[in-house]
Amino acid sequence: MNSALPNSFRSGPDERGHFGIFGGRFVAETLMPLILDLEKAYAEAKADPAFQAEMDGYLKHYVGRPSPLYFAERLTEHLGGAKIYFKREELNHTGSHKVNNVLGQIVVARRMGKKRIIAETGAGQHGVATATLCARFGLECLVYMGAVDVERQQANVIRMEMLGAKVIPVQSGSRTLKDAMNEALRDWVTNVHNTFYCIGTVAGPHPYPMMVRDFQSVIGLETRAQMHELEGRLPDSLIACIGGGSNAMGLFHPFLDDPGVEIFGVEAAGHGLTQLHAASIAGGRPGVLHGNRTYLLMDDDGQIQDAHSISAGLDYPGIGPEHSWLHETGRVTYLSATDDEALAAFQLLSRLEGIIPALEPAHAIAKVMELAPKRPRDHLMVVNLSGRGDKDIPQVADILRGRKQ
Amino acid sequence: MTTRIDARFAELKKQGRSAFITFLMGGDPDPKTSLEIIKALPKAGADIIEIGMPFTDPMADGPAIQAAGLRALKAGMTLKKTLAMVREFRKADDTTPLVLMGYYNPIYIHGVDKFLADAKSAGIDGLIIVDLPPEEDSELCLPAMKAGLNFIRLATPTTDDKRLPAVLANTSGFVYYVSITGITGSASADSAAVGQAVARIKRHTKLPVCVGFGIRTPLAARAIAQNADGTVVGTALVDALRASLDGEGNATAGTVEAVAGVVSSLAQGVRGASQAAE
Repeated sequence: MNSALPNSFRSGPDERGHFGIFGGRFVAETLMPLILDLEKAYAEAKADPAFQAEMDGYLKHYVGRPSPLYFAERLTEHLGGAKIYFKREELNHTGSHKVNNVLGQIVVARRMGKKRIIAETGAGQHGVATATLCARFGLECLVYMGAVDVERQQANVIRMEMLGAKVIPVQSGSRTLKDAMNEALRDWVTNVHNTFYCIGTVAGPHPYPMMVRDFQSVIGLETRAQMHELEGRLPDSLIACIGGGSNAMGLFHPFLDDPGVEIFGVEAAGHGLTQLHAASIAGGRPGVLHGNRTYLLMDDDGQIQDAHSISAGLDYPGIGPEHSWLHETGRVTYLSATDDEALAAFQLLSRLEGIIPALEPAHAIAKVMELAPKRPRDHLMVVNLSGRGDKDIPQVADILRGRKQ
Repeated sequence: MTTRIDARFAELKKQGRSAFITFLMGGDPDPKTSLEIIKALPKAGADIIEIGMPFTDPMADGPAIQAAGLRALKAGMTLKKTLAMVREFRKADDTTPLVLMGYYNPIYIHGVDKFLADAKSAGIDGLIIVDLPPEEDSELCLPAMKAGLNFIRLATPTTDDKRLPAVLANTSGFVYYVSITGITGSASADSAAVGQAVARIKRHTKLPVCVGFGIRTPLAARAIAQNADGTVVGTALVDALRASLDGEGNATAGTVEAVAGVVSSLAQGVRGASQAAE
């Protein structure tokens, strides 16, 4: 598997949007001209110092960056091993890492003269971030959200509507994130002339996986500098949860060429890997969906299977193509955490650190609970606390109440 | 290499008329009824038959065709069964061109080389794969050409003159012009705009140009057929099929007739068109 390792893990994708065999541009012809335009617009923006300056200004004054790198002292004591740091993405405006990417895409959309923004959302964090920046810049905003997710993430639906976005519940298929993405793609095909599709994760047709990764890389770049300041060296390991994988990619990417840094992605194992789950790498195989080739959950006929996770944000039967490549090259180790493990981590973190995490990063915390005790005390472990748990409180309360009865 | 598609267009050209192309989902509402429907299509007036390969996530299709795919999947349809259905059809009909239309993943999972060999031997003539633009030609388009299958490309209102040559480069059989920016079964095609678009494409290619998406009635089919080498109707047929089902979504005694009846009247519409001089 590792016979032909690349010289760098940070040089992808190639000009056709491929990370090894993964990625690509598997979209309807109607969208192709726009995707080529976007690729060009993004390349121009990236080369324009004014674009970066504009981004830096908003990241600092509107998003509230840099986010702290916080030593989780009590969790460290409790687990009795590695020294654990949290990258506090949950402190960003809108409550998660999603805003880093949305800001970048909205600034690009403005440069392209697009006035109508569409997005898909699972947990609603990407939808909230998109609705927020559309409000800030006076753009029309439509958010597609699976009807099941609308039900379990009511707080975020209300938030998006307050921000002036229109939330469209998607009734097709499994009525979760995958179907929201189908419906957003259908809208985009129909309204391609005036619409910008703000994809929430490191997936979709090229250039999205690359562009979203670049916007999220601020997480890893800050972590490098902050760790240097705090400990005078690189961290020893990184851990992040993965649905599509944007918070993970953002933390990992700046460290991929540091061989001393162990990297772990945590997929959602739902009820367990032999039952309903959302772990595409652990339980899937390469296929083509939503514009890219990547690991997907599917049956022997190539039909996409429904994912399951307690966390709406991880409830997707695929993963970003760069993660598939990092898995196949062996650079990143992909683990998984079940619903129950995530719930336990959610409660532990709330009690020990006074931080209520979202159910998504609770999956990463669950694996920290496993890995940290096996590491020495001078091992520096960074976990991406990608979102805050306010949106999950009613759902978790319901589950815990149900268990007591 | 001449395929049944090339032969059919040559024949229609002699007759001076436009082709009527039908789309139905393979296996809708169940594999057995679907075969009966497809067998009835040539007699009802279909010149070329497109068979949809059901897929869970059809990102370019509207609600009617999405539902058709889900009915077929629920009835146990698979890519292998679609090819078996084609083999059955070919036992009695060796001339009507058959085109498979769908999305790439089931083919990729079947294995590209195996799929092409199986499709060719079953009697398939062409492929329309919605999520394979020219940028991904090495995946299936080039191997399909080598295997003797037509790879029929979609051109759309967003495919401008600059991009057309890339879209047409490896296209064979015919060019499928998508008359609207949108999904199947949504807006209505504007026949004047379509006429201009077809003329524009014809400046770049000698291939027949057929038009689909947004054509529902015999009158609309007739208007499109004036200026195009073929007219594709899908959602209107799928709707007729659905309307014939019982409360549980199962076929009734009238299902095959219901579809054939609509095909007949649309075929009359196409045949009534006077072809614009080339």
